[in-house]
Amino acid sequence: MTLTEKILARASGRSRVDAGDNAWANADILLTHDVCGPGSIGVFKREFGEHAKVWDPKKIVIIPDHYIFTSDRLSNRNVDILRDFAREQGLPYFYDVIDDPNGRWTFNPARGQLNRQYGSRYQGVCHTALPRRGHARPGEVLFGTDSHTCMAGAFGEFATGIGNTDAGFILGTGKLLIKVPETMRFYLEGELPKGVMAKDVILHVIGDIGFDGATYRAMQWEGSGARSLSIDDRMTIANMAIEAGAKNGIFPADEKTFTYVDERVRENGTKSDYDPVELDKDQKFVFDKVYDLSKLEPTVAMHPNPGNRALAKALEYVKLDRAYIGSCTGGKTSDFVAFAEVVNGRQVKIETYGVPATSEVVQELKEFRLGDSAVWDVLVNAGVMMTENASCAACLGGPQDTFGRLNAPLTCISATNRNFPGRMGSKESKVYLASPYTVAASALTGHVTDPREFLS
Amino acid sequence: MPKKLTSPVYVVGDDIDTDQIIPAQYLALVPTIPDEYEKLGSYAMVGLPSDLYPIEFVKKDSMKTEYKIIIAGKNFGCGSSREHAPIALGAAGVDVIVADSYARIFFRNSVATGELYPYESKERLIDSVKTGDVATVDFDADTVEINGTVHELKQMGDVRPVIEAGGLFNYARQSGMISKS
Ligand code: SF4
Repeated sequence: MTLTEKILARASGRSRVDAGDNAWANADILLTHDVCGPGSIGVFKREFGEHAKVWDPKKIVIIPDHYIFTSDRLSNRNVDILRDFAREQGLPYFYDVIDDPNGRWTFNPARGQLNRQYGSRYQGVCHTALPRRGHARPGEVLFGTDSHTCMAGAFGEFATGIGNTDAGFILGTGKLLIKVPETMRFYLEGELPKGVMAKDVILHVIGDIGFDGATYRAMQWEGSGARSLSIDDRMTIANMAIEAGAKNGIFPADEKTFTYVDERVRENGTKSDYDPVELDKDQKFVFDKVYDLSKLEPTVAMHPNPGNRALAKALEYVKLDRAYIGSCTGGKTSDFVAFAEVVNGRQVKIETYGVPATSEVVQELKEFRLGDSAVWDVLVNAGVMMTENASCAACLGGPQDTFGRLNAPLTCISATNRNFPGRMGSKESKVYLASPYTVAASALTGHVTDPREFLS
Repeated sequence: MPKKLTSPVYVVGDDIDTDQIIPAQYLALVPTIPDEYEKLGSYAMVGLPSDLYPIEFVKKDSMKTEYKIIIAGKNFGCGSSREHAPIALGAAGVDVIVADSYARIFFRNSVATGELYPYESKERLIDSVKTGDVATVDFDADTVEINGTVHELKQMGDVRPVIEAGGLFNYARQSGMISKS
């Protein structure tokens, strides 16, 4: 069996499942956020009753992150709905925006978008925060009401996005009927060359198979190249499985995974035991291809979809109005450090927005140094508008007053993960997806730029 | 379940993603709150670029669409996992989509909510049909008739009983997975 089949067999109490089987899988964690949480809670109450209790409070993780720093009344209310539910159900893993468990959340526009407006428990983007708060473990099943839930596949677990109705069902029963996907294997060899990042790997592969090339399938990453990648890199690659239409992406767990996971569960006092699945000799794939990482070059997905691939160096003619770095895949500490390496001591030429994925990233950027300055200061001194308000922000447009939103038909290069028409705001805008290196180099020149010329 | 449905159709192209079906700025609306459900319907498909789609899907000042059937190309509903997408279409009054293919989560959400029937066509229809043409879907025969021609649809298989039960919860109750309440 493949990794996905092995996990789903175990989660459904069977010795074996095959691709195409329907299986009732037990959930280890259900993740939700402010956009889909209120609706999932609504479904749960409608179907199980006003006073129903969730199946297991310790297995529910609620991370508000999407529409937080906005004056939109409904968005602020949605955070309050989550808080009320967490209190009523006694949920230990609700990462609230404010500290007062009986308070109401209201964003204060008078304090501006840049300065921190959250309390001590607030995290930011759910997929980046989930493993860091000790909720990702090898061999487990994670369901989340967000399509990029597949990011946790980086930790050797089955992780997939679901809708509110499915989530409401899990809240009450702890399980879900799912179809076991076929597996495609991506066998990586070599190591990433200078100037090339995980984002380039996944954009290259999606360009190869098409942005519906993995529909209904699992994308399994193996080989010495996969082992050479850092946890952050694996997260970026697993995250974007959905941009090829996949059900999940998955990396085998190795020493790097165990070190990361063990440290995080210890630090956060979350469940520490887990049972990873190992690679079988006999696995059935519907697709199997070798990729040499050392041959890859800085890659861009052009408007209007993540499969519309080109090399950065071939797009120098594309003039840009804006650059954006942030999101679950582009807003990690390592992403900002890479960005800072390129812009260090230089000035951006176009408006450039920086949104750290989580509050912890904000902290780290202020602590970590590049030469004599903190990474945060390097970015600000280069002219990047950095906000402390970690969230999804303009990655998915959001309400009109969202930080960095494309409110006009602009052309933007972005370190985010999706670029369908209107994704970041105006439906006439154009978004080019690229690695933090490429976004940084392009911010310096005002057109799409291969970053290697800025990296010594 | 109705045996047949006749309605003018709305035709869209390939790769219609969830941002076009219901743009992100409206996602603060919670589908299980009745007023907000209605509102979601009124915004269905407003993310379609107006130069490509000059005919409005839901007319200004209206909450519902006159098109109960959507004819689409491949990979309909790609992008996010937002259940707001099939719900917005269902709330607007859409009953059936006939597409070349679907993105996984959209298909699943359509089935789980029981909001609409996501049929796949055996042949590509969008090149020979235009918005406003009248179609009749026959649920027993799994066909759609448009402009006098009958086209076969793929049978929905496993998921049909779920939709016929009215979604995941009813199905689970009928099959004894969760207790009847
Ligand atoms: S950062 Fe973007 S892709 Fe990631 S969860 Fe938020 S909206 Fe989705």
